[in-house]
Amino acid sequence: MAGRVEGKVAFITGAARGQGRSHALRLAQEGADIIAVDLLEDIPGAPYHGATEADLAETVRQVEALDRRIVASKADVRDFGGLKKAVDDGVAQLGRLDIISANAGISTQMAPADELDEDMWQNMIDTNLTGVWHTVKAGLPHIKAGGRGGSIILTSSEAGIRGYGNIAHYVSAKHGVVGLMRTLAIELAPLSIRVNSIHPTQVDTDMIQNSATYDLFTGKQGSTKEEFAAASQAVIALPIPWVEPVDISNAVLWLASDEARFVTGVPLPVDGGNYLI
Amino acid sequence: MGVLEGKVAFVTGAARGQGRSHAVRLAQEGADIIAIDIAAQIDTVPYPMSTPDDLAETARQVEALDRRIFTRQADVRDKDALQAAFDAGVAELGPVDIVAANAGIAPMSLTPQYQEWTDVIAVNLTGVYHTVEVAAPSMIERGEGGAIVLTSSTAGLTGIGGNTPGGIGYTAAKHGVVGLMRAYANYLAPYSIRVNTVHPTGVNTPMVVNEFMQQFLQADPAMGQAMANALPVELVEPVDISNAIVWLVSDAARYVTGVTLPVDAGFVNKR
Repeated sequence: MAGRVEGKVAFITGAARGQGRSHALRLAQEGADIIAVDLLEDIPGAPYHGATEADLAETVRQVEALDRRIVASKADVRDFGGLKKAVDDGVAQLGRLDIISANAGISTQMAPADELDEDMWQNMIDTNLTGVWHTVKAGLPHIKAGGRGGSIILTSSEAGIRGYGNIAHYVSAKHGVVGLMRTLAIELAPLSIRVNSIHPTQVDTDMIQNSATYDLFTGKQGSTKEEFAAASQAVIALPIPWVEPVDISNAVLWLASDEARFVTGVPLPVDGGNYLI
Repeated sequence: MGVLEGKVAFVTGAARGQGRSHAVRLAQEGADIIAIDIAAQIDTVPYPMSTPDDLAETARQVEALDRRIFTRQADVRDKDALQAAFDAGVAELGPVDIVAANAGIAPMSLTPQYQEWTDVIAVNLTGVYHTVEVAAPSMIERGEGGAIVLTSSTAGLTGIGGNTPGGIGYTAAKHGVVGLMRAYANYLAPYSIRVNTVHPTGVNTPMVVNEFMQQFLQADPAMGQAMANALPVELVEPVDISNAIVWLVSDAARYVTGVTLPVDAGFVNKR
């Protein structure tokens, strides 16, 4: 049986691990070839380690184990030139581009808005908002050149549709992603290129499974994973503490597929009802 | 193997149009179907409504997929009749996992009358409430979770629909469906029963593609313009809505609840 994105090529940022790796695998399982990039460096102020070369190599191994092709390289979404080169090289090898998954994102300092360091604010906006714009700007010429339409999926967050204390930079960047999505959806509709955003609640990845994030949710220092799970579940309607990367990937896959051929301009929560509460 | 193998789905308005498409698409993925339709006319609706023959055709198409289907003529306005139809369907096919509250009318005409408001609220809002009410208790009692999709409209998110009792009522009812969805999503979440809405733009069905709806739209040129989609497509097909419903009720969307999902070719976003 043909996969749901058979013969297509997807460009995915932040693909070394976590949600990005999961997206690469899920799309590859359904027949897509992958252009994967990741920063592969520690991020200043982040309460967790950045992905490594070994992580990206593991993504490559897992995609190739599915008999799909993957072109992976180190690139920083803050650097448009480097990102463009990575996509151009990938398309040169894989022949086309149909899908963009702008997934790369960071979580850093946690403090009230007026106490955030200026460089922390700027790096967040540069990565989680400008990086998404760079990703689209780098990939879009290739989708347009195909003349077959396409699908662009921007990873926003629950923090892209509601406020959270102590992460104003993150909330602002993720709200900005929605503005970018809405605008791109209008600009690209005549070309049958669809643009949507996904809004995950807490996802079980390194970016949230760390003590700083535990404390952010519980409101007290030194919280345990169990205490975080309880605090996280309290803001999710379904009886779960968080969702898995594959749940976001399944939404990415659906939006990328022809099953959603007339879905565009939509902010899609995958949040267990987080937004309801 | 289908993504809904072994499930049972309760579909209202299943005789034709989107409802038939949902029944067939869910059956393609392995579900058995309890199909309900009024299969009769409502006086304020200007276009011909579905018939018993239409409902029989839905049954034929589902059975051709080697799935089981239980059909019953029932009016979503009549909760007791709907409950009886649901219970009879469950007795035959087993407990329900999926609900598609699809039945709806568009009583927009060039000779507006107050009764349009009464009828469209009764079918498009109260009928959806009845549909969830007759199904949810058995889903809770069974304890296996489930998924409910309520069919709203782009008129459930924006102030379109036309300035007549039927048009205003349509918009009010479809907005009301969002309120039902959000309330049920909260109340049913502890039981792992998910509730979402879909918001189609114009769909290629007899409710939209008929001389009366076209006259209604053309009577106000500004409205025709306002109804244009962003993507270069005039009407989407029933299967596009069905595909959204299949995704929402499948395990691929196991943690998606409380969501308003437009399938609207960019209509809402461009306004």
